[in-house]
Amino acid sequence: MEPDGSLGPRYSPQMTELVMHAEDVHKSFGRLHVLKGVSLEVAKGETVCIIGPSGSGKTTFIRCINHLEKIDSGRIEVNGQLIGYRQRNGKLVEDSERNIARQRTQIGMVFQRFNLFPHKTALQNVIEAPVHVLGQPKEQATDFARVLLGRVGLADKLDTYPGKLSGGQQQRVAIARALAMGPALMLFDEATSALDPETIGEVLSVMEELALAGTTMIVVTHEMGFARKAANRVVMMDDGLIIEEGTPDHFFDEPEHERTKQFLSKIL
Amino acid sequence: MHALVAVDWHVIWQQVFHPNNVFFRTLWATVYISIVSQAAGVLLGLLAALARMSRFAPFRWISGVYVWIFRGTPLLVQIFYVYFAFSWPTLHFGFWTVTDAALAGIVALSINEGAYMREIIRAGIDSVDRGQMEAAKSVGMTYGQAMRRIILPQAARVIVPPLGNEFNNMMKNTSLVYTIGVFEMFAYAEQNYSQFFIADYFLAIAVWYLLLTTIWTFIQAWIERRLGASERGDELSFRERLELAWNPMAAWARGTPHR
Repeated sequence: MEPDGSLGPRYSPQMTELVMHAEDVHKSFGRLHVLKGVSLEVAKGETVCIIGPSGSGKTTFIRCINHLEKIDSGRIEVNGQLIGYRQRNGKLVEDSERNIARQRTQIGMVFQRFNLFPHKTALQNVIEAPVHVLGQPKEQATDFARVLLGRVGLADKLDTYPGKLSGGQQQRVAIARALAMGPALMLFDEATSALDPETIGEVLSVMEELALAGTTMIVVTHEMGFARKAANRVVMMDDGLIIEEGTPDHFFDEPEHERTKQFLSKIL
Repeated sequence: MHALVAVDWHVIWQQVFHPNNVFFRTLWATVYISIVSQAAGVLLGLLAALARMSRFAPFRWISGVYVWIFRGTPLLVQIFYVYFAFSWPTLHFGFWTVTDAALAGIVALSINEGAYMREIIRAGIDSVDRGQMEAAKSVGMTYGQAMRRIILPQAARVIVPPLGNEFNNMMKNTSLVYTIGVFEMFAYAEQNYSQFFIADYFLAIAVWYLLLTTIWTFIQAWIERRLGASERGDELSFRERLELAWNPMAAWARGTPHR
């Protein structure tokens, strides 16, 4: 933050290096066509907020980015790597479990319902994957975990089990857990929707700090204040399609699409 | 005149407090057959549970047929079939010998137990929130890693109480392998009975079975306490746990908090 309390100049990334590139992604659940050709590019250091009414496919879309959902057609690349599929004879086939797991190590995800491991302390939650997936020495992982938990304001909760933490605290541990992998991309799936109103702020401020520090983030959110403050770009989804995108100022002050105006007028 | 039920206290006293070496051999047989069969049963049950949840349909079918057959037929029939339909070797581990009949008995008890354990383990895995698997995958774990490190440790809290009951049953069910000639505790009592016609040998081994199951109750309570200790703030005391394991209704009536 700047001395005068403002957030300072918004971090402006070099719009050259693409971290995430989705192209014409389609996805159906049975007969329900949820994604109808979604394309999105996210550059390194960028924070992109995806907004839109429920059922518009935002959550499904970011779940496709780390292959928690399979896609029916199209392609998603993270750091130039095709996610979840590989090319064989010109056709896309699902990749091996091991390769998919390896790809996910560079994509951090924060869930609406935290999904912390309840049988492990905050610290153990954070070092679990660095130690057992990346094979880092435990001391090294622990040192980094302490730093991360300190950064999210939980230095005093290292040995506390999730059951003893508030929702906001749990979500901050979940953010630290995702960051511990040193991901190239962070996905936030309505990270504040399941929180009590008084703890939403603490999670949003952590997310804002991450955005300002140049973390590449895709954030599905209903928090328009956050989108306006922290996003480089806001994307509006409706009925399985991206219908509008732009800088927050442009997006919130002079939206072009009728559906966007309608949505914003209801929510703001 | 005889009393209707005459208990020969001398035999009881001797068999409970001064048992001979032959008895101890049979006690050991009962104990090791129970432990090995239960352990193998848990492994089989885990495999069958994972097969049941497999994306590969034939695995699901095999798992279903397995449970259908082994829960649907008498254990005694299974024991006889396994023993007489195949030829079993006698195994020697130093001083410890596992006879062909004991081996067949262990195999039959294990397979039977696996069928019951499958349901218990599946219920345990089902009880873990779906988000746990997703979270584990999102940090780069494979299915196997997620199962081992995240899902099964949480499922264990749900699996252990019924698993304890299964083991309790197992210790008593081992007496069935007497029928194929395994020299275990029941065989000991039966042999003495047919020699001396004193029914109190059965009463004496009943005391020993009771001792085994009671010791197990304590061990189980301890395990459950350890498993539950981490994530609950309102941890039960050891005494409350025992009470709960021993007599859930009474514990409930007294207002002991439970999960």
